[in-house]
Amino acid sequence: MDSMAPFSDPVLSQQSAEAVIQLAKQYIQMHGRKPVFMEVCGSHTMALAKTGVKTRLKEYVQLIAGPGCPVCVTDQRTIDSMISLSNGRGIILCTFGDMMRVPGSRHSLLEAKTKGKDIRVVYSPLDSIRIAEQNPDKEIIFLGIGFETTIPLLAAAIKEAEQRGLTNFSIWMTTKLVEPVLRVLLDAGEIHLDGFLLPGHVSVVLGKESYSFLTEEYRMPGVISGFEPVQLLSSIYKLLQLCIENKAKIINDYPYAVSESGNGAAKSLMKKYLKPGDEDWRGIGTIPNSGLVLKDNYQDFDAKKKFKITIASPRKTKCRCGEVIRGLTVPEECILFNKACTPANPIGPCMVSAEGTCAAHYHYMREE
Amino acid sequence: MLQRINLAHGEGGELTHRLIKDVFEKAFGHGEHTKHDSAIFQWKPETIALTTDSYVVKPIFFPGGNIGKLAVAGTVNDLAVSGAVPKFMTAGFIIEEGLPLKDLKEIVHSMADEAEKAGIRIIAGDTKVVEKGSADRLFINTSGIGTVESGHKLQPKHIQKGDSIILSGTIGDHGIAILSAREELGLLTDTVSDCASLNGLIQSLIQTIDGIRLLKDPTRGGLATALVELCEDFHFNCEIDEEFIPIRDDVHGACDILGFDPLYLANEGKMILLVDSKKEEQALQLLRSHPLGENAAVIGQVTGTTNSAGKLYLKTPLGTTRRLQRLAGLMLPRIC
Repeated sequence: MDSMAPFSDPVLSQQSAEAVIQLAKQYIQMHGRKPVFMEVCGSHTMALAKTGVKTRLKEYVQLIAGPGCPVCVTDQRTIDSMISLSNGRGIILCTFGDMMRVPGSRHSLLEAKTKGKDIRVVYSPLDSIRIAEQNPDKEIIFLGIGFETTIPLLAAAIKEAEQRGLTNFSIWMTTKLVEPVLRVLLDAGEIHLDGFLLPGHVSVVLGKESYSFLTEEYRMPGVISGFEPVQLLSSIYKLLQLCIENKAKIINDYPYAVSESGNGAAKSLMKKYLKPGDEDWRGIGTIPNSGLVLKDNYQDFDAKKKFKITIASPRKTKCRCGEVIRGLTVPEECILFNKACTPANPIGPCMVSAEGTCAAHYHYMREE
Repeated sequence: MLQRINLAHGEGGELTHRLIKDVFEKAFGHGEHTKHDSAIFQWKPETIALTTDSYVVKPIFFPGGNIGKLAVAGTVNDLAVSGAVPKFMTAGFIIEEGLPLKDLKEIVHSMADEAEKAGIRIIAGDTKVVEKGSADRLFINTSGIGTVESGHKLQPKHIQKGDSIILSGTIGDHGIAILSAREELGLLTDTVSDCASLNGLIQSLIQTIDGIRLLKDPTRGGLATALVELCEDFHFNCEIDEEFIPIRDDVHGACDILGFDPLYLANEGKMILLVDSKKEEQALQLLRSHPLGENAAVIGQVTGTTNSAGKLYLKTPLGTTRRLQRLAGLMLPRIC
């Protein structure tokens, strides 16, 4: 039997959905409106759409996708820089699969690959270490994109490269941290939120305690959730309970994966090799100290120091990905959605990523 | 004979001759067929099925098979799901300079084995060798001919509301086996490709059961894309139930890690059957009594016919329904 099967059991799923709906009705009666929750994680956005949880609850709970997909929040200038890097001679660009189709101002990495650029999809940054060893006459650049889930792997790759004495390996760091962007969203006050469905994967690294700022500074409840229907519904139920009882509390509803203080080994790896740095977020702008960059003594592995590229201003499109990731609009309200912008021909990153909000709506919530 | 393929093997001279004699003829037993520029054979006037396909799988060896076995099984299955009995096929090889001869021999022998098992004869072929970098080790093109015997035809015209949709086994095995074999993804699973010729099983089905409306093998694009195509081409709507779709745990796990949807992963030894619901149980029993159909399951029903392009819906375990579309673009592994 599939070990995850109980979490997608039809009877349990439907009972859980009914329980959430009953509690949401209570909330609606109390407040005269639906509760509004933001799922921070792109995998949650996908799971909520794919499993039907979002559709089932749509009359009772408003679920808004947040800035939790690493591809979607990558600024267009950053994408243009990555594509530009592939033009360099003797360079092998390694990247996660998601990045291949993200359009820059003119083309994507996938199109650059078809023009003969050496761009390789890897599943782990450590795979690019192997490629660096096998190609001593080439410069290997790994595109270091991702949230706290992925950042420890980048640090581990630096450690590995250092131990193996590699001089032809570097990372183009453009990482994102959850806390700073949540602060920006809450401080901006553009959207009204009643609580956060907190990310499962990121929380494995961060631990429950890292969200205390939400309750202490913003009085905002949050529940850390898994990804199967029963897990998602359980977390939404607990979030509703907190809202009804007016309790600003963080609940760890994914305890078999997430601990109080997170993954110590991953955190210490990040601490050893990386330091906070400013990052550009698509649709939001530069957020101070919202990413991690290489510490000065590891500059040899910093592709931004090793390779100089010039980038023109990005081409403007009518893409509304920037508003989608801030929860200000839904994909269907974008004039490009399912017309000029489809997964086969994406205009914006939210349509490209396996975790993108527009892709989730296109794949799982589109009737025609 | 040289141990690696070089450009001269494709020049049409002595090395080509020896390659054909020592590798292809030895495996396929062409004999008389290769003495002319065409294969010449006797043919009674019958209803004929003809198909062609190219195989560019990477890597060329994977758990459960190789590009050669895949090329034969793929062509056999294309004929078989059309209701035809596979008879003859051709095989064209585009070989990258430097391919070890032992690899080619292994592939050609597994083609011969699979062809013998499926009862199809490989009677004509072609060999080209291209410079290193111009191809990825080996590409194979196959064409197949089969006969459709009267009385054993499929019945797409009789598709009606209530017809059962049966899947012959677990989905996504081939897709995940191939991804695992590509070591760059670092995906370690024991998943073996389902690559197999289904013609024996299919012939038993269509000879035994009256009421089989349609068959299709869900190869590239997976179960969802194949069913969408059937719905559109044959004008019916259907609903499949996620809960009943057989998926191996390791395939499910790998999909979770990669962010892939198993409904869109390739299969090379599975078929979708549309069957009169009254014959559903009989079809299931027959399938399950065969090693290639032991995990067969009813996964949904036809919900109605239509004059326009039909639609495919998926019922989730939560009881909601969503429309399934064709695979859109490339499936690429996600970041986290």
